Amino acid sequence: MKYQQELKDSIRKALPGLDVVIAWSAGYDPLHATPHFIRREEDIDRLEIGPFSVHNLATYLPGLRGKKVGIVVKGCDSRSVIELLQENLINREDVTIFGFPCTGVVDQTKIRKALGHTGKVDFCQIASQTVVIGAGGEEHKLRLSKVLADKCFSCQYPNALISDHFVGEKISPSAQTEGGDDLEAFENMPLPERFAFWQKEMDRCIRCYACRNACPMCVCRDHCLAESRDPHWLSQEDSVRDKWMFQLIHAYHLAGRCTECGECQRACPMDIPLLLLKKKMNKEIKELFQYEAGVDPEATPPLLSFKMEEENIKEREW
Amino acid sequence: MAKVQFIKSADVKPWLAELAKEHRVFAPSYDGEALLFRPFDPEQEIVLDRAATMPPKKTIFPQSEKLVDFTYSKDPENLSRIKIDAKANLPEGSTVVFGSRPCDARGFTMFDRVYLSDKNPDIYYQARRKNTLFITLACRTIENTCFCNWVDSDPCDPTGSDVLAIPVNDGYLLESVSEQGEKLLNSKLLADGSSRRAEAEKICQEIAGSINNTKDLTLAPEKLLAVFDNMEFWEEVSAKCLSCGACTYLCPSCYCFNITDETTGMKGKRLRSWDNCMSAQFTMEASGHNPRPTKAHRLKNRVGHKFSYYPTIHGGVISCCGCGRCIKSCPAGIDIREIVLKAIDFVPAAVEE
Repeated sequence: MKYQQELKDSIRKALPGLDVVIAWSAGYDPLHATPHFIRREEDIDRLEIGPFSVHNLATYLPGLRGKKVGIVVKGCDSRSVIELLQENLINREDVTIFGFPCTGVVDQTKIRKALGHTGKVDFCQIASQTVVIGAGGEEHKLRLSKVLADKCFSCQYPNALISDHFVGEKISPSAQTEGGDDLEAFENMPLPERFAFWQKEMDRCIRCYACRNACPMCVCRDHCLAESRDPHWLSQEDSVRDKWMFQLIHAYHLAGRCTECGECQRACPMDIPLLLLKKKMNKEIKELFQYEAGVDPEATPPLLSFKMEEENIKEREW
Repeated sequence: MAKVQFIKSADVKPWLAELAKEHRVFAPSYDGEALLFRPFDPEQEIVLDRAATMPPKKTIFPQSEKLVDFTYSKDPENLSRIKIDAKANLPEGSTVVFGSRPCDARGFTMFDRVYLSDKNPDIYYQARRKNTLFITLACRTIENTCFCNWVDSDPCDPTGSDVLAIPVNDGYLLESVSEQGEKLLNSKLLADGSSRRAEAEKICQEIAGSINNTKDLTLAPEKLLAVFDNMEFWEEVSAKCLSCGACTYLCPSCYCFNITDETTGMKGKRLRSWDNCMSAQFTMEASGHNPRPTKAHRLKNRVGHKFSYYPTIHGGVISCCGCGRCIKSCPAGIDIREIVLKAIDFVPAAVEE
């Protein structure tokens, strides 16, 4: 990544005033990065940013409240930081934000699908729009656009919307249209089919709650309805009904707060297309309140405010 | 002497269809983008060239199982007396799992030491364990996350299996491991495989040679205990942990559960469902006190249990089969190998005089 050195220098300067800076470093194989907590000068060298910087590090911020935390954000991640600020879940003065122009991150599921089974991955090189992966003794060439996350195609905010230090030149949103609009296709399905779709998808849920824990806006943490026995919202049965109920409540609680970072879907070990549900909810919010979560730190999320009369909800005409 | 048979690749499905007449048969097939052990369906493609997303854990240890049905009834003569009728719901029938990996099958041997103790066997587990047979597939490819060789196993390890299937050129060499497994090898679709033995052995040697470098974990139990009270160590290694249950639920050797009663009116059922030590509620006590209040405490337990406490009470056996699913499926990319090695290499800072 072009601006990596600049970012490292910027962090090096700020580190003495901070408890920790959260970034990414190389993961367990050349196709994965991992969140990297920088506490000491020597940790900075391992920082890496690029198409594998998939994790939304804002998820860690509420848990580090009270500490001086630096965080490296992609454009989409910065929206989660803004939403957390809007909801007073973190303090602005405690957070130092490092931004960089993001040109997209990969979707590991797409890579896995494109490669098939390869066994051991030996290397990965990304040059402009081509990804070359050495795996199973062969070289696999993939077009970057084939393996980019869907959210990157419709990304309107490639640069951090809020930052204290921004490295590199800001870029304009890409006008890529590949990737398709899965929401539109979903909405065109008749209602019984939509229900059948979710019943099938939720069937393989193992209730690990990676979706919930990876979500930067899921802040109930240890007090989640999913495990609460009093009140007793959900049973511990392995039933689609209970699993689906959780996802619905989760989606409702994120209506108008979700920034579509897609961490729920990325974290799911069963690859359940959870982001689709969130997108649908956000679309409704946008139509009702002309509101998009996490773009303006000063704005009040619509479901945290009250108006005698909503413009697009005609209560009296019901 | 083990029975050795050979099956052509094309005959695998017909063979499974035969077995399905007598047993519930599970084989790996795709559900969405997840490769899962699902009830055998001749219409579905069976995928055998890669490890499944999820081990076949549910076949013996369901995600949630009903242990008991119960009904309360009041004595009409004395309404303060309540009678409880309870009916146990013991599992029945037999199951064959086809295409498990050596690590998957070996995982259940970690369960056995806990659930099948002479003194107090778990009757639900016992009923399924006894009647579930594993036709395990030796691995032909190794992934970056594989480390079965660190924990005293290998890609052709038959431990915990009933039949070991070794992929050879045009099919599979089937070797019985248990008596029950031998009985599975009587089909007309199978031919004597003795002549293919040398080929299979060579394949096993080859694959064993290609596996990731091993590490000596002999010191893991004591070294992990040595850092038990070092919360700074655990806070550092758990910083990126999200405290979800993906690692635990995908683990072939994690066996913890929760018991809950789901009651409606005067009727109810007692469930046993998966639980995981990454969850905040796992050790939550009735008083509200939680001895493992942070994710650092919880991850310490997961690593400590597998690589220290379990081996200490079970003759040195590490309760990890090296399948690497916890690494591959961790949303934060935590690598358990890294934590264990870090504990082994940890040198406490010298105390200044």
